[in-house]
Amino acid sequence: MNQQTPNGEVKGEMNGGVTGHDEPGEAPQSLPDINQTTADGETNLREDAYWHENLRLLGVLMAIWFACSFGAGILFREWLDQFMLGGYPLGFWFAQQGSIYVFIALIFFYVVRMKQIEHKYDLDD
Amino acid sequence: MDTQTLIYLFVGVSFAVYSGIAIWSRAGSTKEFYVAGGGVNPVVNGMATAADWMSAASFISMAGIIAFVGYDASVYLMGWTGGYVLLALLLAPYLRKFGQFTVPDFIGTRYYSKAARVVAVICLIFISFTYIAGQMRGVGIVFSRFLDVDITTGVIIGMGIVFFYSVLGGMKGITYTQVAQFCVLIFAYMVPAFFLSFMITGNPIPQLGLGSTVNDGSGLYVLQKLDLVLTDLGFAEYTAGQKSMVDVFCITLALMVGTAGLPHVIVRFFTVPKASDARLSAGWALVFIALLYTTAPAVGAFARLNFIDNVNEQSYSEAPGWFTNWERNDLIAFKDKNGDGVMQYRKGDAFAGKPEFTGETGASGERAVANTPVAGNANEVYVDQDIMVLANPEIGKLPGWVIALVAAGGLAAALSTAAGLLLVISASVSHDLLKQTFRPNISEKGELRAARIAATAAIVIAGYLGIYPPGWVAQVVAFAFGLAAGSLFPAIFMGIFSKRMNKEGAIAGMVSGLAFTFGYIVYFKLIAAPEANVAANWLFGVSPEGIGVIGMLINFGIAIAVSSVTAGPPIEVRKLVDSIRVPRGAGEAHVH
Repeated sequence: MNQQTPNGEVKGEMNGGVTGHDEPGEAPQSLPDINQTTADGETNLREDAYWHENLRLLGVLMAIWFACSFGAGILFREWLDQFMLGGYPLGFWFAQQGSIYVFIALIFFYVVRMKQIEHKYDLDD
Repeated sequence: MDTQTLIYLFVGVSFAVYSGIAIWSRAGSTKEFYVAGGGVNPVVNGMATAADWMSAASFISMAGIIAFVGYDASVYLMGWTGGYVLLALLLAPYLRKFGQFTVPDFIGTRYYSKAARVVAVICLIFISFTYIAGQMRGVGIVFSRFLDVDITTGVIIGMGIVFFYSVLGGMKGITYTQVAQFCVLIFAYMVPAFFLSFMITGNPIPQLGLGSTVNDGSGLYVLQKLDLVLTDLGFAEYTAGQKSMVDVFCITLALMVGTAGLPHVIVRFFTVPKASDARLSAGWALVFIALLYTTAPAVGAFARLNFIDNVNEQSYSEAPGWFTNWERNDLIAFKDKNGDGVMQYRKGDAFAGKPEFTGETGASGERAVANTPVAGNANEVYVDQDIMVLANPEIGKLPGWVIALVAAGGLAAALSTAAGLLLVISASVSHDLLKQTFRPNISEKGELRAARIAATAAIVIAGYLGIYPPGWVAQVVAFAFGLAAGSLFPAIFMGIFSKRMNKEGAIAGMVSGLAFTFGYIVYFKLIAAPEANVAANWLFGVSPEGIGVIGMLINFGIAIAVSSVTAGPPIEVRKLVDSIRVPRGAGEAHVH
């Protein structure tokens, strides 16, 4: 069983843990405590901090995913088509070439960044 | 050697290789049968995923669709690649960490309910059968054109091959044959593309060739020339769209979300050793897929230019050999409306419907068609867009071995996808329905036997659907995506990202998403008259191809509403969600 702590204390611990951990490669003793849990008593603090950092990263990457395909390739396609990339109208290029290259870059960036985050929280597989 | 001998040789050798691999990698346990033992290298799995993913529609139909609709075909290019971002970021690592065998496994366990599992199995079987029908049809088309057998015989031969390696080898056999099939199909796709790009632009890299100038001395870019030529003949500009923006948006999103929800794709990520490998593997899969998907727009554009050059204002008696070859296979036809013996290729239908050949020859020697000519346009040429990739090497006057290679590649694309689909169907029957729901005491040996029997039955049904297809290849495939987007994706996504989602919400969501999407597509595709399938009648202007997006929103909305008024999931399930969110401790896929 995880130890239950009062709400205020848990919150303080969680914030301290996360902000103190933005730089990768920090000493593991300042990790959020794996034996303490969130306010609902279910998730341990370290996993919770890890999950929230993952969610922030996902938010940024999904925004780029949307912008290059639905944004550049569809919604702003006609406006972008006034610019040329070689023989490609730019919006057309995004729709039939560019967005695919961005998709690949996004996945590999996520692979590398998640490895760092998992390592930072000592949760890698 | 003549082209026909080369075709037999290439197809024969590739089939021998697939069979050899199947014998070498027989599955001995249910774990090997379902997830290839869970130890597949991420790059190898990426390649197998790419072959699994790239179907007859990708290989045979896509470039043809791009050639004929230009910008509007971007929905397929973005839709069928962008889904891998959703998979890698939102689903694959967590499902791998969960570590069981099938998609209904996850839904049944996460929503602590046999009913949820059975609903997931029903969604899966719907999706996989609609998808597989298109594959067997693709096999039939390739066989009938290149091996000179009729479509029925072609489908039966294809069934036999798939039976051999999927029933024998299970996921393990399929994984390694798919790697071989990927090599065959990508080589077969790229070689003619290099040739064509070099011939038309002087640049052999198709992705660059499409952005270069045509080397006919005009100094025009390829896309400029295509726009000019097409508008001259009365067609719309190649780089401009015909579909409304809302429809393009919805179709793209439905295809992306559908991709991420397709069970035969998801299950491939159960085969890698670790959760982090699932992310990496999805990245590699997209690299291998992008090779074909970034080449296809170039192939489409070059094919359209070549086609117009070769056919328009050409007298039939001097028509190129490929024209009469494909005319013999019913996929191209000439109706000499003005009686000048010259083929005018213009916008509009030459005649109503698909060609019905009378068996007689017309004044110029063409196969006469009985169809009523459509008045009001000067077009005299009927062409089935499915032939563009298959006829490309002939249209471009490429050597015989390239034609043979394309035949082997088309078969590899169709067979690899069919095998992957058969496997998820058989696993959902033997594992989810029998072992997990109705016959929990079944032995491992019995379960393995049941899986093989289910795979056999699925092959027979798929073959029947291939011989009597419910529609043309790409259209049938598009159906599967709407269903996957409307039913499975939201349930899996919320299972990972929401700890509050409960079984009542998930089941209500899946059922309503599936019912709405299915009903909408069936209404417009099967019940309503074809003239009624237009934007004015569509809900919010969304076509049946894109309606999966609305189905998905309904699924999310109903699931959230129902779960908010019913009891939350039990503590064990909330603990399970916590555990799948962190990569540590994935270990091997476990038997249970």
